[in-house]
Amino acid sequence: MKIGLFIPCYMNELYPDVCFDTLKILESLGFDVTYPLSQTCCGQPMANSGCASDVASLAHRFVEIFKEYDYIVAPSASCVAMVREHYESFFKSDDRDFHKVRDSIFEITEFLHDIVKLNTLNLSFPFRVGVHNSCHGHRMLRLASSSELQIPHFSKIKNILNLIDDINLVQLQRDDECCGFGGTFSVTEPEISAAMGNARILDHLGANAEIITGVDMSCLMHMQGLIDKNNQPIKVMHIVQILAKGFA
Amino acid sequence: MSNSKEWILSQIREKQKSISIPLPEYEGFGICYEDKEKAFENALIQAGANIAYTNKKRVHEVIKKHYKDAKIIVSNISDIISPTKEITKTPHDLADVDLAIVKGKFGVAENGAIWIEHDKKEQRAHYFIAQHLVIILDKNSIYHNMHQAYANITLEKGGFGTFIAGPSKTADIEQALVIGAHGPKSLLVVVL
Amino acid sequence: MITHSQAAKQFLKDQKKALWHDRALWYVRQKRDAQSKTIPEWEQLRQKASQIKAHTMQNLAHYLEMFEKNALENGITVHWAKDGDEHNKIVHQILTQNDAKKVVKSKSMLTEECGLNPYLEQRDIEVTDTDLGERIIQLRGETPSHIVLPAIHLKKEDVSDTFHTHLGSQKSNNDPHYLTQIAREHLRQKFLQADAAITGVNFAIAQSGTIVVCTNEGNADMGVSLAKVHIASMGIEKIIPRVKDLGVFTRLLARSATGQAITTYTSHFSGPRPKAQMHIVIVDNQRSSFLASEDYRQSLHCIRCGACMNTCPVYRRSGGHSYSYVIAGPIGSVLGAFRDPKEHSSLPFACTLCGSCSDVCPVKIDLDKQLYKERQDIVQKGYSVKKKRLFKVVAWVMRYPFLFDMLGKVSRFVIPKLPQSILYNSKNNWGKYRKMPTMPKESFKERYQKEKNVK
Repeated sequence: MKIGLFIPCYMNELYPDVCFDTLKILESLGFDVTYPLSQTCCGQPMANSGCASDVASLAHRFVEIFKEYDYIVAPSASCVAMVREHYESFFKSDDRDFHKVRDSIFEITEFLHDIVKLNTLNLSFPFRVGVHNSCHGHRMLRLASSSELQIPHFSKIKNILNLIDDINLVQLQRDDECCGFGGTFSVTEPEISAAMGNARILDHLGANAEIITGVDMSCLMHMQGLIDKNNQPIKVMHIVQILAKGFA
Repeated sequence: MSNSKEWILSQIREKQKSISIPLPEYEGFGICYEDKEKAFENALIQAGANIAYTNKKRVHEVIKKHYKDAKIIVSNISDIISPTKEITKTPHDLADVDLAIVKGKFGVAENGAIWIEHDKKEQRAHYFIAQHLVIILDKNSIYHNMHQAYANITLEKGGFGTFIAGPSKTADIEQALVIGAHGPKSLLVVVL
Repeated sequence: MITHSQAAKQFLKDQKKALWHDRALWYVRQKRDAQSKTIPEWEQLRQKASQIKAHTMQNLAHYLEMFEKNALENGITVHWAKDGDEHNKIVHQILTQNDAKKVVKSKSMLTEECGLNPYLEQRDIEVTDTDLGERIIQLRGETPSHIVLPAIHLKKEDVSDTFHTHLGSQKSNNDPHYLTQIAREHLRQKFLQADAAITGVNFAIAQSGTIVVCTNEGNADMGVSLAKVHIASMGIEKIIPRVKDLGVFTRLLARSATGQAITTYTSHFSGPRPKAQMHIVIVDNQRSSFLASEDYRQSLHCIRCGACMNTCPVYRRSGGHSYSYVIAGPIGSVLGAFRDPKEHSSLPFACTLCGSCSDVCPVKIDLDKQLYKERQDIVQKGYSVKKKRLFKVVAWVMRYPFLFDMLGKVSRFVIPKLPQSILYNSKNNWGKYRKMPTMPKESFKERYQKEKNVK
């Protein structure tokens, strides 16, 4: 089972530890994992800014690089969502390579939940943890049921985290409100972006969370920036940073 | 005017797509309650209305008890209640009405709405201009949901019908709920 | 022209009010959730609504003609208006033909879109908006900031001041009950003196030639049951095929809009009352061009419930007046940016693409996908030149891993060395409210290559 590790551009530059934790989890599970060195970016920032037409060559590049793997796994729900939901327009409808890539790309938590069907985690993590439901993972990848829909409640993220016996997942006031990162939104609408992020942090603090976790480093980076600026007593950890502790 | 009509319709015909999506059906669709009368009552109370259960003989008494100060009363149900004023041909004459007593055709459990089938030969101001409203309803006339309701509504040509589901209200001032906006300040539903 | 971002910054300056605005609208969203939970078949209901609307739009000309035929048989006069101007002219003509000088109007975003009030006022016709929220903003000379809760941006003190100035209410009496009573008495006089009543249309039923108007206050019904002339303005998209289809929409509308099971009044007008006239003005005003668009056609399905606004975290924290289009929030941004991409180019970007609006929409419009597409259109049309240039460069760099790696390495080297005053300068929109992330010494790729011994 060959896995292609897809590392978002900014995580490669800013969060190498988180990337290594992702690699560690996959390797410990016995997979043959490769990080294709020629990857750069899935094109999400361009596409979300209205420049999707410039992404076509990047999309083709991406498929070319990753088509040989059985699964493509990334520690980023929004980048996976980009490929799954927005790449279609760049390819012909019968492009086999694209379809293969689209059908085999997973966010890491989703991969552990749906493919690996992880049902045990040997790890003690006795902390109060707030789960931030990053929007692309939440409403595009449907990693958990959104509060707007009248459907049976489920959360792949919480299912995985609850494999840790002593973790305490806190109850928030607004389970899935956006943190306000939104890509370039964070700098084109900085006031609203900060107001939204601060509201999320206060929600977690109000629930006495010690740690905010999630599946998108961009959301967490944004909240970390606010927390550091405001000197607030709460930490931020990508979900793989928690899970990796349970793997040798 | 007909030029605009033709222009609009031709624009639409040029642009509408012809893939055909069927219309849905509603047979057997929609929430059903174990106790629809109770559900109806709960919905009405939640909407700020009052509800009273009685029989034909005691209606007058019940209404008098709720509205002892009502002097000018109109009604389109002459066999139950004797009004003090007629529903006149000029709606403005009804501006001083304290209480209007009207017949409801049926109620809907899911939302407390009552269907008023209005006689189109009459004016309709009394439902709205009266300070207070009483609707008389038969106890065996509650449907579970709006699909059942609409299956039992015929919209009379040139006519008027309305669902009334409580006293008039507004929350437009800082989201504070105030009962009594422009329409009646209270609604009493008398179930016979 | 002020952008959404600039307007939002202003709105957020009054932190207390901004917090209240966010909480008040979130509360309406919660009431919507509570109502939807009482209906086990809620998601099926949304699906049926979406189906009805899609079917109707595919057959719109047919249903409009059916509607007109049945409305005419009901004794209703039907008019057609290509655009807002023609709508206003038609309404004015009906009023002058009937010597109508005083008009009461219940809520209609269409009349707002057409600019009806100023048009009539310039021609010496008194127009009184009778929806309490609309009357408040009319007295203040403002526009509605929300399509269902037009005065949501105001506190009770603001209303009290306005009523004291214009209606002679007690100074500093901020009690909503008292203020509503003042409005009730004031508007009652307007109803009794009105020559004509103008209403909007929530739903127009083709099968029976009926229009349906939903209110909590009873103002539409009050106006229509007293005035000799009833004029109902409707967009072409308000048509629904059959009476029974109302079952779906009457179950969805109020639950989505205000978290009530149904509005107090759901009135079905199939004709004028005795000795009175009823007119319907059917308006296009660019709606037919939405039909032609594969991408934006669905936005015609909107039933104007406002749920998307209540759930939108950006709308809640920026207020309706931050949006340049007459309708604010997600649906407003889609409609406005399609109608006039130049004027409203900032609106589709006043959004994080969180998708909450799409999940809450009772007719399942995929609003977030439409906003994403609007962004592409705006850039393609050249209304966002700087962004296009920048990202063309970025996309080009991304094709060359060597360049990309170099850029990263340089950034990670330089940024930690920059003095705070330069790093956190006023142009750094990230640094205004956030600390910059710590730059690691090596990228993942560099470490991976070392540890795995690969090149």
